[in-house]
Amino acid sequence: MEKRELICIGCPLGCPITVTLDGGTVTAVEGNTCKRGDDYARREVTNPTRIVTSTVTVEGGCDRTVSVKTRTDVPKSMIFDCMRALRGVKVKAPVHIGDVIVPDAAGTGVDIVATSEVEQQGAGIV
Amino acid sequence: MKAYDIVIVGGGPAGLAAAVAARKSGTDSILILERERELGGILNQCIHSGFGLHTFNEELTGPEYAARFVAEVKRLGIEYRLNTMVVDISRDKVVTSVNREDGMFSVRAGAVILAMGCRERSRGALNIPGYRPAGIYSAGTAQRLVNREGYLPGRRVVILGSGDIGLIMARRMTLEGARVLLVAELQPYSGGLKRNIVQCLDDYGIPLKLSHTVVDIQGKERLTGVTVARVDASGKPIPGTEEQYDCDTLLLSVGLIPENELSRGAGVEISPVTSGPVVNESLETNIEGIFACGNVLHVHDLVDYVSEEASAAGRSAAEYVRGLSADGAGTVIRMNPADGVRYTVPFLIRPERMDEKMTVRFRVGSVCRDCYVSVYFDGERVLHRRRPVVAPGEMEQIVLEKEKILAHPGLEVITVKIEEA
Repeated sequence: MEKRELICIGCPLGCPITVTLDGGTVTAVEGNTCKRGDDYARREVTNPTRIVTSTVTVEGGCDRTVSVKTRTDVPKSMIFDCMRALRGVKVKAPVHIGDVIVPDAAGTGVDIVATSEVEQQGAGIV
Repeated sequence: MKAYDIVIVGGGPAGLAAAVAARKSGTDSILILERERELGGILNQCIHSGFGLHTFNEELTGPEYAARFVAEVKRLGIEYRLNTMVVDISRDKVVTSVNREDGMFSVRAGAVILAMGCRERSRGALNIPGYRPAGIYSAGTAQRLVNREGYLPGRRVVILGSGDIGLIMARRMTLEGARVLLVAELQPYSGGLKRNIVQCLDDYGIPLKLSHTVVDIQGKERLTGVTVARVDASGKPIPGTEEQYDCDTLLLSVGLIPENELSRGAGVEISPVTSGPVVNESLETNIEGIFACGNVLHVHDLVDYVSEEASAAGRSAAEYVRGLSADGAGTVIRMNPADGVRYTVPFLIRPERMDEKMTVRFRVGSVCRDCYVSVYFDGERVLHRRRPVVAPGEMEQIVLEKEKILAHPGLEVITVKIEEA
């Protein structure tokens, strides 16, 4: 029996969670205050995952950059692979929230999508 | 002079939520004044995720969270002006602004909602000796440079202060290829949220040294290094504990200060503890019809709570312009933060005016483990809630019920305090 202490990163409450493991199998999760915490704890001790957020360059837009994220969590070990997949990527304005910027980033099966709106340069700001 | 029922100063998360709530409470004539060229405020540069779990029950990035409110403001047809800097708010609620199209112009407001947000504490406030080379940024400035302008401000980074923006930037700059050598925190506890220590520092093996500070800055043109030392319980550097870090960048994440120049100009009373307005249960300041919400009122950790608070301010302002709160109501109960509680918002409560349930937010002055948050109605303890840990970096809240307060006629003081187990 192994016990691991975690801080849940599911939301800013940061609940302290104790996970009990028996030979790699989770037998108990304690301290979480919601379902999200239970999910996080089980994943964190078996296959930890994170959402990766960054920016890419925009051409011809009102802004120089557009913010992006992996649409869902990716394995923690793939964070830097996702960042490499974004290196040198340029997109043309306009960009809208949810637009796919890099499909299937670094073989994770997860798309990287835009998280902000960038209008074309010269477009009237209403 | 043009007149509006409600003028909102600031189009960040607080201003947007206040506008939406005021509109939904029946006020049609609303104007938001925003100095940036887009709505959304600081959220636009907070590209990380973790926003919206309370408000939308899903995890959003800052720009996505802002976009939801901006869309709502547009859908409701709420008027706003961008690139417009408010320069004065008068006691009788004339709001004067400048922008390129209109020059200087004034509008008369039935009610004003202050939603200007906060500023970062700067190097000047810290008294760090040494030269003043390039390469020293506030964490928020670095965040803007990296996330909005597309510049990486440096390659070898030391961060002073463990505020959330500093922690977020430790991860962000690491992802962009910089090496973050250290986060040094003067206090014996972190100033940021625990989850940010885990996902921004621990995930990337970035060391956090508590009770440490920067005692010297080297480099004439560009920063070349900093000296970090341990501090004693009173915050004084301990000789002999100095360590040298060669770096080209120092980020400061050492606190946020509500931006209340305009409020002061209007004669709004400012609390020396929060640096924000002293408000009652309606989030109304000492000046009738001027309300405050978000980081201009007190610095929050969570935008979801800003939205919640700002919605309350929006509803109160709408009620005010409808004349519902013209009668000042009889009794005023004073909130008394004591024994480890630094402040409460609101500061005053008029029971007749409060909602059925009202959230009181507060911060503690130091870390306390295995303790109780207690509430007293005058001498009588009415709440005693066990908390495994409370910390200055994490805002606390309790809920007061109108019914219970009204059941205590003659109640003068509500005390919120931390009690040992």
